[in-house]
Amino acid sequence: MTNQTLSADPFNLIITGVGGQGNVLASKLIGNMLADQGFYVTIGETFGASQRGGSVMSHLRISTKSSLSPQMPRGKAHAIVSLEPTEAIRVLQEYGNPEVKVISNTRPVYALEVISGEISYPSDEELKGWMQKLTGAYWLIDATDQAVKMGNPILGNVLLVGALAGIGDLPLTKEGFRKVMARTMPASKLDINLAAFDKGLAMIN
Amino acid sequence: MNTISDGRPGEKRLMQGNDAFARGALEAGLAVAAGYPGTPSSEIVENLARVSRERNIYVEWSVNEKVAMEVAAAASFAGLRSAAIMKQVGVNVAADFMLHLSETGTRGGMILISCEDPGALSSGNEGESRPFAKLFEVPLIEPADFQEAKDMTKWAFELSEEIRNLVMIRSVTRLSHASGNVVLGELPAETPAARFEHKGDFMDPDKGYMVPFPVHFRHLQMQKKLRKAVSIFEDCPFNSYEGPEAPEVLIVTSSAGYLYSKEAIQLLGVEGRVGLLKMGTTWPLPPKFMEKYLSTSPVIYTVEEVLPFLEDNVKILAAELAGRIGVKTFHGRSDGTLPSVNELNPDLVAAGLSKILSLEYTAMAPAYAEIAQAAGATAAPARDLAFCAGCPHRSSLWTIHNVLEMDGREGFLCGDIGCYTLGVMATGYGTLKTVHAMGSGTGLASGFGKLKQFGMDQPVLSVCGDSTFFHAVMPALVNAIHNQADMTLVVLDNSGTAMTGFQPHPGSEEDAAGNAVPALDIAEIAKAMGAHVEQSDPFEVAATQNKLLSLLDKGGVNVFILKQGCALGPEKKGRKLFDVSVDEDVCFGENCGCNKLCTRVFKCPGLKWDPEKKTARIDDVICSGCGMCASICPSGAIQKKEIA
Repeated sequence: MTNQTLSADPFNLIITGVGGQGNVLASKLIGNMLADQGFYVTIGETFGASQRGGSVMSHLRISTKSSLSPQMPRGKAHAIVSLEPTEAIRVLQEYGNPEVKVISNTRPVYALEVISGEISYPSDEELKGWMQKLTGAYWLIDATDQAVKMGNPILGNVLLVGALAGIGDLPLTKEGFRKVMARTMPASKLDINLAAFDKGLAMIN
Repeated sequence: MNTISDGRPGEKRLMQGNDAFARGALEAGLAVAAGYPGTPSSEIVENLARVSRERNIYVEWSVNEKVAMEVAAAASFAGLRSAAIMKQVGVNVAADFMLHLSETGTRGGMILISCEDPGALSSGNEGESRPFAKLFEVPLIEPADFQEAKDMTKWAFELSEEIRNLVMIRSVTRLSHASGNVVLGELPAETPAARFEHKGDFMDPDKGYMVPFPVHFRHLQMQKKLRKAVSIFEDCPFNSYEGPEAPEVLIVTSSAGYLYSKEAIQLLGVEGRVGLLKMGTTWPLPPKFMEKYLSTSPVIYTVEEVLPFLEDNVKILAAELAGRIGVKTFHGRSDGTLPSVNELNPDLVAAGLSKILSLEYTAMAPAYAEIAQAAGATAAPARDLAFCAGCPHRSSLWTIHNVLEMDGREGFLCGDIGCYTLGVMATGYGTLKTVHAMGSGTGLASGFGKLKQFGMDQPVLSVCGDSTFFHAVMPALVNAIHNQADMTLVVLDNSGTAMTGFQPHPGSEEDAAGNAVPALDIAEIAKAMGAHVEQSDPFEVAATQNKLLSLLDKGGVNVFILKQGCALGPEKKGRKLFDVSVDEDVCFGENCGCNKLCTRVFKCPGLKWDPEKKTARIDDVICSGCGMCASICPSGAIQKKEIA
């Protein structure tokens, strides 16, 4: 169905974050950009009660051969995109390996027990230290802050999709992004989303 | 923007499982669909409703699942193809009708799609509906991937018409809420005509009575239909085998278990030793087809979610066939090869298979796992579910909790099913003390409210949402009034079925297809029933508190309606009512008499604690601008300014 090859087949990608950050939309965008090129894409989503502050996680399995399990095996992620830094650590715990690449937003979303002061939130240095130990490469990006500057914090997810395109492990292009956006979003939102994609891409290159 | 009705035949699409079910129904020429919202089933009805005008079909959100199945059955009786769609617990609600439907049979093809939730990712149970197929003697089919979700739905209508009975399709969260590639088929061009024929002979299946009498005759017919289904299942493209001719272990699986098993075999590299029998038709099992494969291996490993339904049926069949296929060893959920609860994944299936084959299987290098665990323990703080910023339920439960504390008689709140179920947790101050089925909170309150004669003096409250009120609370409320119980029902009216994505309900001004409809008024209904009714806005803390306090000693049945829209609802989302800020000079934090009441107790995610400045702060990205925290701050440090 496609002549293209992947850096790994299947390529296992995880998009993670907290309910309400646009996690599911990001996984749909990436999935469609790859399905458009003829790849088999299987997306497993855990978003049951996640609108209410819980962790959200999408597993994307990209292959030239067949559909795969919507849950990937432990320790087998090739790349992780995280909309919230501590969620990246949570995912690494289950799906990480020494070669995995991580792109993470730096903006924290505090858990209830952090707000109440029962537990503390890790410092930037601590987070960086764990990333160093648990990944092959990582990028920390202030996606939400940039998105706020562009007018809407929710664009943070599209910025990170752009950043994922930037690391070049998957065949994701701006043109492919435009095509998917055009058929899944109202036309009025196209320009700002394209700008967010570019911004994210530029933050890697 | 794309819908499930566009796309050329042969086109390949990335589709969510629920999109594929809806598309399959459209390709089959579905005319009527009815359901009640419930995760992970809701998108099927939503998708169909979205194209209902364009496709000239009728789609409704019914008041509950039993009525949904009745509405769909009416269409079938009138010769149309129809579907009833619900989550697993809904089948319990519809079960009484379903038994009788199986007795009368159907005319136009009729399917039930039950979307289940192994692992309880968004449910209060791991309930199964598969045993209902066995109990009510109707065929059960289970798609294993996205293409099958579409194709088997289409096929189910044909099967239903062939046997003249309901066909049950079972999905799970990992199929309904997962996405994969689907090749589209053709959509039919014509809308069929509806007519209920009832002038024929009493027993005429096409023109007679749709009644369960004479019972024994109808029951025999049911069983005959099921035997016909078995003979069709013997030669069904949705049952398949991959693997060696004589495998050491034969995996028998269905549904999401198929992709997990396939991956587990690859993970262990045992493609040459293990066979994989995927069953699309799981009740009844086709004996000849099963005999062919069961005879190939001495060891049978059944992979399914959650209860050993398939496993038990395979064992029964293997016992019947033992003379020809020999004695087998069985592994699966029953013997502990797989855990007896929770959903599966490739690792669990691989772990079970490695045990059977006496192989080593390590998913993650121990050295890496050790560091990762340490990282998780310190740098990934647990994330309990919480009400969203600006959620009116937080405000309602805050007041209910405080009023019960002030009252001091250990009064309690019986809970129900909806977002407010989270009220059992810290986010709702642990206020809900019971949670069972839809409507059960008020049924229990009706019971508790009659225990005065045994010396019980605790105030009794129940809670429900607006959609739940119509679904199952109304009969419980009628019961309480008729039997003169003492209780107060608090209706948290947030203007929609919020938990599942704002589907309309009988109290809404729009129906599933967006047509304007008269909204039923909960207050007027409760008054007409004979309850004493009060109303308040939960964001008005003092007024709500005083009204509720006065109801605790009133006696009889009270209904207290707390009306305030969901913070994520279409009218409110992204729009702040107030600009909220903290005056750092006025907030004394730990040194205030309240000792950080806002972040320590109230705990809205829009608040945060600044450990440097020792004051509360507002997270502008998360704050929804409801202004509730300004109402609870005793020092007036949190200020709200109305946004014009």
